[in-house]
Amino acid sequence: MYVANRASDKITQLTDNVYVCRSGSAADSQIVSDYVRYFLHQHTIQLGQPATVKVAANLIRLLSYNNKNMLQTGLIVGGWDKYEGGKIYGIPLGGTLIEQPFAIGGSGSSYLYGFFDQAWKEGMTKEEAEQLVVKAVSLAIARDGASGGVVRTVVFEFSVVAFNLVVFVVLKINSDGVTRNFYPGDKLQLWHDELEPQHSLLDILNAPSPEPMNI
Amino acid sequence: MQFMASKQPENSLLGPESDSQRTLYPYVTGTSVVALKYKDGILMAADMGGSYGSTLRYKSVQRMKPIGKHSLLGASGEISDFQEILSYLDELILYDNMWDDGNSLGPKEVHNYLTRVMYNRRNKFNPLWNSLVLGGVKNGQKYLGTVSMIGVNFEDNHVATGFGNHLARPILRQEWHENLSFEDGVRLLEKCMRVLLYRDRSAVNKLQIAKITEDGVTISQPYSLKTYWEFSAFENPAQGAI
Repeated sequence: MYVANRASDKITQLTDNVYVCRSGSAADSQIVSDYVRYFLHQHTIQLGQPATVKVAANLIRLLSYNNKNMLQTGLIVGGWDKYEGGKIYGIPLGGTLIEQPFAIGGSGSSYLYGFFDQAWKEGMTKEEAEQLVVKAVSLAIARDGASGGVVRTVVFEFSVVAFNLVVFVVLKINSDGVTRNFYPGDKLQLWHDELEPQHSLLDILNAPSPEPMNI
Repeated sequence: MQFMASKQPENSLLGPESDSQRTLYPYVTGTSVVALKYKDGILMAADMGGSYGSTLRYKSVQRMKPIGKHSLLGASGEISDFQEILSYLDELILYDNMWDDGNSLGPKEVHNYLTRVMYNRRNKFNPLWNSLVLGGVKNGQKYLGTVSMIGVNFEDNHVATGFGNHLARPILRQEWHENLSFEDGVRLLEKCMRVLLYRDRSAVNKLQIAKITEDGVTISQPYSLKTYWEFSAFENPAQGAI
């Protein structure tokens, strides 16, 4: 299967305080995001204040549920609002809406259920959460053919951890706003059966031989 | 083909050729719901699993919800369709309250409404992929009914959906009797749920038991059942074999 884009950005902004992680069909997830961004913009004008994460998630759900025969996209909505704080909503195929303390999705997520059962803890710090998410996506990239390239994170308040397989989002909002981080694929930790990348075989062959033993 | 938030196909006059919506298959599903009548009302049990094929993907899904003042709805099958049904019932109860006439929809009426919804969707080849259990008490009368995704509906003293039909109902037929106490009812449901936990692949060990009486609905906190695996025949399955 051809890799059309090896560095796509799957974390998409809906409003200042709500982001969505996209998986599945890129066309479907992009069009749903675009519609919801448009609806949320109008909603914000009418409401006179920022939209809540729940409203954003429900708009995504409506589109996903009512067009379930046509769409093939799993989405994770994460954000912060003043009423409920940091929240994550998973919206898998079919259009079920489910609020979760953390969420995973996409093809590589299959390899992460066990990892998260073991590694996720309530009340992690922002740093712990971001490290967890980078590790997780890196593990998934190791085993999922459809995942790879780069890792992107978006950091918001309260270690709200939401992520999508080939990309992940750690959402953290504080008064400084939202921080985006970028981890190129060659800078990630190596796992089982993976080797340190080399420029060329020639470098290995020409490497100085190891010191003889000093007894 | 218009892409809208509404779900009405605009050219349904084309009949079977039109690409009107139809649910082809479920994605995120809940397994069995089991319920029985007891002395003071209805007891209903369901686990909190939302399966995605063979993956036990979500483990905190509430599959039982109170409806109005007098009813409790439990659902198995596609969770997104259950959420849609709750949305319809919300509207139904709202309009009922808006009459402000002192009357309120009882479980029998809600069950009938659900039956009509499910059957009409079935007739359009676009079912809501659920099996529903509707229980309640109104004016001292206990009611327990069920509706399937094809519109089959009936009431009984004890009902079950999905695997529960095969595993729980035989137990209930043997051990249910009129005027069960709350404790006996809970124990009987737990007996059924434990068998389902052993024998249903989609079962998850985190369940809730809900009670509905004249006074209202209570849904228990989530809890897990103990299971027993230390039969010597399990530890040494080949003992005695040649």
